Amino acid sequence: MTTLFTDDHEWLQIDGDVATIGITDFAQTQLGDVVFVELPKVGRALKKAEAAATVESVKAASDVYAPITGEVVAVNDAVVADPSLVNSDPGNGAWFFKLKIADTSELDGLMDEAAYKAHTA
Amino acid sequence: MPAHAHDAPALDPLKRVPLHALHLVRGGKMVPFAGYEMPVQYAAGVLKEHLHTRAAAGLFDVSHMGQIALRPKSGQVADAASALERLVPQDIGSIAPGRQRYALFTNAAGGILDDLMVANFGDHLFLVVNAACKDADEAHLRAHLSDACTVEPLTDRALVALQGPKAAAVLAKHAPDVAAMRFMDAGPRRILDADCFVSRSGYTGEDGFEISIPAADAERVVTTLLADADVLPIGLGARDSLRLEAGLCLYGHDIDTATTPVEAALEWAVQKSRRSGGAKAGGFPGADVILPQFENGAARRRVGLKAEGRAPVREGAPLFADATATDRIGTVTSGGFGPSVNGPVAMGYVPTALSAIDTLVFAEVRGQRLPLRVAKLPFVAPTYQR
Repeated sequence: MTTLFTDDHEWLQIDGDVATIGITDFAQTQLGDVVFVELPKVGRALKKAEAAATVESVKAASDVYAPITGEVVAVNDAVVADPSLVNSDPGNGAWFFKLKIADTSELDGLMDEAAYKAHTA
Repeated sequence: MPAHAHDAPALDPLKRVPLHALHLVRGGKMVPFAGYEMPVQYAAGVLKEHLHTRAAAGLFDVSHMGQIALRPKSGQVADAASALERLVPQDIGSIAPGRQRYALFTNAAGGILDDLMVANFGDHLFLVVNAACKDADEAHLRAHLSDACTVEPLTDRALVALQGPKAAAVLAKHAPDVAAMRFMDAGPRRILDADCFVSRSGYTGEDGFEISIPAADAERVVTTLLADADVLPIGLGARDSLRLEAGLCLYGHDIDTATTPVEAALEWAVQKSRRSGGAKAGGFPGADVILPQFENGAARRRVGLKAEGRAPVREGAPLFADATATDRIGTVTSGGFGPSVNGPVAMGYVPTALSAIDTLVFAEVRGQRLPLRVAKLPFVAPTYQR
């Protein structure tokens, strides 16, 4: 499995034709304590860069954008029930949604972990 | 924290408070606020800072606020009080020495120019005003009261708040006489050999104190208070969530020049003596607008709003009477997640006919209509030591 990153501080774990998407540890640190997460509905067709989810901290609301085009095939109800997971386990347990990848060429513009680390350094 | 329309223009260099270096040492995340660099949070984060204040004690730097000595030219504080009554709908003359009162500068349209605290220090009045308004407030005082008073901005003093159930015990270790103060007592006190002004008041709904400290002593005094295991430094982020849960207005948001004291549900802050039929009725700007509203009510009213769901409803969200109505009935003026309530809380203006507790209204957030109930303020019961 490959993990890729976006400028907007999202991670994508690629498993065949499905990408699992969450926000990075850097992003959760910037947001502060997350108190509310709203996820897209399963079956929704998302275009790249479209607002897909909302994450709210005590301070502010932030959009999570679809990093690639695809159909939502699963969402993580656990982060809706316990938004603090986004702070405690951002890179794994607090995944937001899974997309069926529509166009693998859209993955080409994303960063690998080394490039993302350099980006946030 | 939401951006503030009345913040200083970005081109002005940001001013620094006397405790600036201490904030950096304590890991404060500094942001522009009302023309100053202020800590919005520390390492603990807004949520923990908020809950710590309600459980133990929080230390807030509010040195950006304006501190003003209003001195009577006659030497009689009653003359300063009656002069100030020209500008506010409060009874200033009845503030006993060693006491303070919440007040409002009003304008000719009945709107609110600023909210402030007025303390009677025996031979003069001590005022604390909002940072974003302080220059205008000083000019306003000079323009209208110079016949009777000198207006002295106290720019060489820090102002901090120590708030929470442990605040009194912590402060009394260094100034035993503060333990006997009651809510809204105010006056000069020696703390750690510094000539401070202390009031038993605050902006969190908790018992606590606001302490004005000479700038030269501020870091030493605050470092000593922060060394107490019960005290954490708290940023402006938690200050905002604490005051929202306490149902307290934020100037420029919940009250401004377009809201009257009656619309803002601040009738309690206007003493009967200044209302129609009172011994000192009227005589303040906008009395012809404000006083009839005490008899007849106002068309709209500030209310508490509690979301039925989990999504925070924030400042600026439009309000509607039902899930589909197109006519907006009001606006959320403060809103967010209340850590002690453990849910979304907000305040806003609705038509008075829809201001009864439990009335259902809807806020539009990201294209969805979210149900809210008009709720009793404050959201969290205050623990003031009256």
